[in-house]
Amino acid sequence: MSLASTSPARGKSGLMLSRLRRSLGNALDKLSHEPVGMLGFLVLSLLVIVAIFAPLIAPYSPSTQNLEQALLPPSWAHWAGTDEFGRDILSRLIYGTRITIQTVLAVSLIVGPIGMLIGIVAGFAGGRTDAILMRFTDIVLSFPSLILALAFAAAIGAGLQTAIIAISLTGWPPIARLARAETLIVRNTDYVAAARLYGASPLRLLFLYIAPMCIPSVVVRLTLNMAGIILTAAALGFLGLGAQPPAPEWGAMISSGRRFMLDNWWVAVMPGIAILLTSLAFNLVGDTLRDILDPRHARS
Amino acid sequence: MIEVSNLSVSFGSGERRKQVVKGVSFQVAKGETLGIVGESGCGKSTVLRSLAGLDRHWEGEIRLNGQPVERVRSREHLTLAQMVFQDPYGSIHPRHRIERVLAEPARAMKTGEGWDRVAPALEQVGLPAAFAERFPHELSGGQRQRVAIARALMLEPEVLLLDEPTSALDVSVQAEVLNLLADLREERGLTYVLVSHDLAVIAHMCDRVLVMKDGLFVDELDKSDLARGETHHAYSKQLFEASYL
Repeated sequence: MSLASTSPARGKSGLMLSRLRRSLGNALDKLSHEPVGMLGFLVLSLLVIVAIFAPLIAPYSPSTQNLEQALLPPSWAHWAGTDEFGRDILSRLIYGTRITIQTVLAVSLIVGPIGMLIGIVAGFAGGRTDAILMRFTDIVLSFPSLILALAFAAAIGAGLQTAIIAISLTGWPPIARLARAETLIVRNTDYVAAARLYGASPLRLLFLYIAPMCIPSVVVRLTLNMAGIILTAAALGFLGLGAQPPAPEWGAMISSGRRFMLDNWWVAVMPGIAILLTSLAFNLVGDTLRDILDPRHARS
Repeated sequence: MIEVSNLSVSFGSGERRKQVVKGVSFQVAKGETLGIVGESGCGKSTVLRSLAGLDRHWEGEIRLNGQPVERVRSREHLTLAQMVFQDPYGSIHPRHRIERVLAEPARAMKTGEGWDRVAPALEQVGLPAAFAERFPHELSGGQRQRVAIARALMLEPEVLLLDEPTSALDVSVQAEVLNLLADLREERGLTYVLVSHDLAVIAHMCDRVLVMKDGLFVDELDKSDLARGETHHAYSKQLFEASYL
């Protein structure tokens, strides 16, 4: 076998596919050594599957009222009981995963790129650009997201979109600070110096050299943030500023269950358990992700 | 090939301004290997980084291949001289496969796709072409330094600036890398400027050595001086005696 024949031929999708499979295999291999992270991933995949197939899985409709069956305790017919309008709580929780995942994904997709772009540009450019961008970040960082969301809801009207925008508005500064810190380290390395020597343009340096080094920590941070996003979204729902009834938002469900807390505990506790499990899973996954994303990482 | 006249470099400003290189001049002929020795902090790496175009606050004049170069290099001037760094663990992007590491110079310079030149470049520095698929952390220190040398040669520079290219490697690998550098010099007629504090490396590689102390060259030794262990200045005598102990 000649050496040349094993050298890479570009543009072949087969090559890309085999690389993808190899890195995916590596990731799964590493994941199998992290039982706790594995659990987190399992819970999350279960959540995604439930969200996608909600109409098939849910035993009842999430919004049809049946006042004869109001406030039934958990039983074989209603595993999580029913609420004050006789709606099956389990079905509402199952449909609620859709709202939760939608919120988390939307916020992460808005916050991640914006935060990272601001961070790496500030860190890379330095000087006045850095000062302006970072002071702006500090200003936004000082807004409490819940209060901003309240103001927002008052201005545009309550709803899921308002909640997503409000959480995103105050969510990017930590990401920007993180990306800037990473960039400050990376921009002084020898490989960036070498790239400058062979004429790499600033844009090339930013996107091909510096951004790839920031992505792992940003992804980890985003994943850990997701738990916070769920809690903030639930808090907004609880205050009546998130998704509006009859949408089965978990926070709003707790809010309505609060009134029956003493006599009918399941109305508030069941969505509480759902929120707890989901944020816990996101936290576990975030912790594990760092180990998997970094090809240099070796667990001692 | 290289003409430097009255090069000085200072860092900081005002009262904390510190002149690191104090108006040095030297020439390097085509195909020659010039060594610069001196203790840590004497300014030898700064001279090299100014030559490469990494340090941009030098004063004086630098001519590469007869052309005076600016502080901020144009792309054409960048291709005249490339640099090999001291630490092979820090000079290669940890998330780029070797093929990308080697294709990047041509791609960044917009002189072509660069992928087809990866395999010949690897073979030239004595590595199998299959290494193109690997990440840097899957290579040993010596192999990485070979990749770094291959990368520096991708733009076909006539001058290679070597900043202690072997000091991060163990002794047996050092010899291999030095021999590779000597072979490449012969094949391609390269001009080297080698900065080191390892006198054995300098004596093995260089035609001429400049001894640097506190930002100035205090002594110049040619090949026969090195062979006889002859020095012309008290400081270089001290330096050589210390290393032969």
